[in-house]
Amino acid sequence: MTAPLDVSGDEQHAAPEAVSQGAGAKAIQGRSLGQIAWTRLKRDKVAMGGAGVVVFLILAAVFAPVVVGWFGHPPNEFHQEMIDTLTMQPKGGTGISADFLFGVEPVNGRDLFSRVVYGARISLLVAFLATLLSVVIGSIMGVVAGYFGGWVDALISRLMDVFLAFPLLVFALSLVGVLGQFETQLAIKGDTLRILLLVFIIGFFNWPYIGRIIRGQTLSLREREFVDAARSIGARGPYILFREILPNLIAPILIYATLLIPSNVLFEAALSFLGVGIQPPTATWGGMLAAAVKYYTVPHFMFFPGMAIFITVLAFNLFGDGLRDALDPRSSR
Amino acid sequence: MVTYIIRRLIAAVLMLVVVSIVTFSIFFVVPRLAGVTATDFANRYVGSKGATAETVVALADKLGFNDPLTVQYGRWVKGIVAGSDFDTGASIEHCPAPCFGYSFITKTPVWPELLDRLPVTVSLAIGASVIWLVAGVSTGVLSALRRGSFFDRAAMGVALAGVSLPIFFTGMMSLVFFSYKLGITAPGRSYTSFVDDPVRWAYNLILPWITLAFLYAAVYARLTRAGMLETMGEDYIRTARAKGLREPTVIVKHGLRGALTPIITIFGMDVGLLLGGAILTETTFSLPGLGKYAVQAISANDLPKIMGVTMLVAFFVVMANLLVDLLYAVVDPRVRLR
Repeated sequence: MTAPLDVSGDEQHAAPEAVSQGAGAKAIQGRSLGQIAWTRLKRDKVAMGGAGVVVFLILAAVFAPVVVGWFGHPPNEFHQEMIDTLTMQPKGGTGISADFLFGVEPVNGRDLFSRVVYGARISLLVAFLATLLSVVIGSIMGVVAGYFGGWVDALISRLMDVFLAFPLLVFALSLVGVLGQFETQLAIKGDTLRILLLVFIIGFFNWPYIGRIIRGQTLSLREREFVDAARSIGARGPYILFREILPNLIAPILIYATLLIPSNVLFEAALSFLGVGIQPPTATWGGMLAAAVKYYTVPHFMFFPGMAIFITVLAFNLFGDGLRDALDPRSSR
Repeated sequence: MVTYIIRRLIAAVLMLVVVSIVTFSIFFVVPRLAGVTATDFANRYVGSKGATAETVVALADKLGFNDPLTVQYGRWVKGIVAGSDFDTGASIEHCPAPCFGYSFITKTPVWPELLDRLPVTVSLAIGASVIWLVAGVSTGVLSALRRGSFFDRAAMGVALAGVSLPIFFTGMMSLVFFSYKLGITAPGRSYTSFVDDPVRWAYNLILPWITLAFLYAAVYARLTRAGMLETMGEDYIRTARAKGLREPTVIVKHGLRGALTPIITIFGMDVGLLLGGAILTETTFSLPGLGKYAVQAISANDLPKIMGVTMLVAFFVVMANLLVDLLYAVVDPRVRLR
């Protein structure tokens, strides 16, 4: 990949001055691809906004106990005093107050704010780990298929076709269901088991999407002059793969990883919503929505976890789109 | 052309074989590797009847859970292709082909139940797909033609929100708002067969249709816009304009045709997947379709039902892919050469 010539914005003005001053005040410095992309990304306000929200969400998830300590109550603490004993609904409709920022759940009065904050932990953890798994499998398979070609490529490509044709949600649902039900026979239990299961299943079924893209990129990179040059000075397979081809794949890997995270957030929420994800009483956004189905007269119960999913997914999508525009000079909007 | 069709057909059959092996592995091999015994399987089949330990061990033997896995797989496939008999204890039930198994929990064969649920899912999928195809593609085309305009920005903003919203959230909120607050659409759990009352059928399904279509329309609008922007920049568009064709002809006959090919592929796969059960939509609106059936089977631990519905979904997806491939060959002669 050659460095794209980016002469928009401030560089356009900087260049003539530099020439007129000769090599005087400041020497002209070459900028790496990463620096160029970073300058472009910084100019994209929407993407930076998305990134800001993402950082905020990650911090909130990591420091959930602190955040909840300041603004809420423990996520599984019952607040019966907030519940109208006749209707079993929160007093005053939602129970929203300075004490309970998002109000309380019907029946047992758990703090919705705390549960949404704790839900971010599961959601982001599963989405990140699953994406990591997909990216690792997908990149390796894609590079191997694209670089070696022949029967290796044919085999891996077929395999990717098979995976892509699979009814993903049904399989994931069945697999989590089947394995989850044999919990008593397994060594790991509870939330840890569920999180690992979700990561494995979401990650394992999503790798062909990245695999295909990486394979295509590798196919074209393999024929490039710099690979020929490396080969002509005696470089062998592993060196070419890791030192020549892989660094050029970082941009697409990064872009599709960022765009895979939001779809994995949705996937985890869907599985939790269907009751095969992390089990209650641990708070998950999908699980909260599933519980809220029964209480459609108190819509704030479904509103907050739903909006949490929406904002998270939207932020990642905005950032991912911006990253793609910044890293891929051909894309234009 | 004939060789192409035959090749595709063979590929589709192979695909189904692979899917059946994977499905079987998920339910019988993976749990084994995780340390589950034949007796545990038998226990699941018995359900909550509270049988004694000896009965369960005997049942595990009778159901063949102690046989080699290949034999078990063969028996399952034979049932689908040729039908099989099930000893329910009281009597021997014959289950004609295609026999997707017999649920020992509800004491019913799976296939008739699947057929029973199918019309609901088909109704949902067809209605929604028509809406999203029309809405998504037209929005995408208009956005591409008026790139950068207010319409383009607004439409793409809505589309981005659309792909970021989980269907169970939009579904629940629209139920709360349109059905329970305003009372203009049917509440959840409503389904009337098309044969009984077509008007009622459409009225009951309009909210699920729109909710489901909104999600897909957002995806299709983004794809169509990107595709249109790419094709409208091609040389043949300039040629078409240069030879004096009217702009609408250029857009529809030259531009849209090129942009639609990838959309057809995705449309085929999406509809195929939906036919196997729009799990989330059906759960949200409590529609008694295949997706809801799958969820119920999973929560009830009913193995034969889960396997049956999984295979049926896979069948639809493979068939949809086959249709798309064949359609491609008709539309684009170059494909046949591959």
